[in-house]
Amino acid sequence: MSNMRSPLARVKGLGSAKEGLHHWWMQRITAIANIPLVAAAIWIVLLSLRTDYAGVINLVGHPCVGAILILFIANLFYHAALGLQVVIEDYVHGAAKFFLLIFVKFSAALIAMIGIVSVIVVIVERASGS
Amino acid sequence: MASNDGKSGGGVQRPLSPHLGVYKPQITSTLSILHRMTGVALSVGTLVLVYWLFAITSGPEAFAQMQSCFSSWIGRLLLFGWSFALFYHLCNGIRHLFWDAGKGYELETASKSGIAVVVVSIALTLGVWFCAYTGVGVL
Repeated sequence: MSNMRSPLARVKGLGSAKEGLHHWWMQRITAIANIPLVAAAIWIVLLSLRTDYAGVINLVGHPCVGAILILFIANLFYHAALGLQVVIEDYVHGAAKFFLLIFVKFSAALIAMIGIVSVIVVIVERASGS
Repeated sequence: MASNDGKSGGGVQRPLSPHLGVYKPQITSTLSILHRMTGVALSVGTLVLVYWLFAITSGPEAFAQMQSCFSSWIGRLLLFGWSFALFYHLCNGIRHLFWDAGKGYELETASKSGIAVVVVSIALTLGVWFCAYTGVGVL
């Protein structure tokens, strides 16, 4: 068990594809990015409570606010998909795991897309209205 | 090497670690599973955010419907639980990032930071609902 690698692989310096850390690392990167983004999103929602429908369009449709929300949605759903993947891999086994993993990835992409397109539509609406 | 037929143990009685149920729940283990549970709940809760944005796009009627949906007592209750889950997951996530940096592993520190996470997330939840109701601190 001391060395599972062939002499040729060892001498050529072959090893893992160095991709094993990617999932773990992206989960942390998106977690760090989520700290300011969650704060910004909460502030935007609180601001929206102080105004009417036209005011909400004016707020969410502002390119800067909309850009923050789009960034937040992309980062949030990436983080959620990575986290759900770990939970599924820990508790679900067999064919169900396979389908759940794909289901989570597809739904995260779909729901994130609905959110992002919604923000873009509001930005366009505000720009054409004013 | 022994042949591997793909079956774990191969019929040999190997020692097993005790089942999770025999352990007394501790603040560290309870908060750990709570991090997972809030994470899963928040994943479903992302629908709230997308519904909010979709309602804004869909016009004044849809927006009013969304407002009445969220301002009902059940809507407020769900949003309150959702906001606590968010702040808990956020604060405990920062605690996890410190662990990733190799800090705060001492038993006493881990318990204290756990209590701090619960206190801060309750405070943030109450704070944000205070702001929501009064508009204080929101421009």
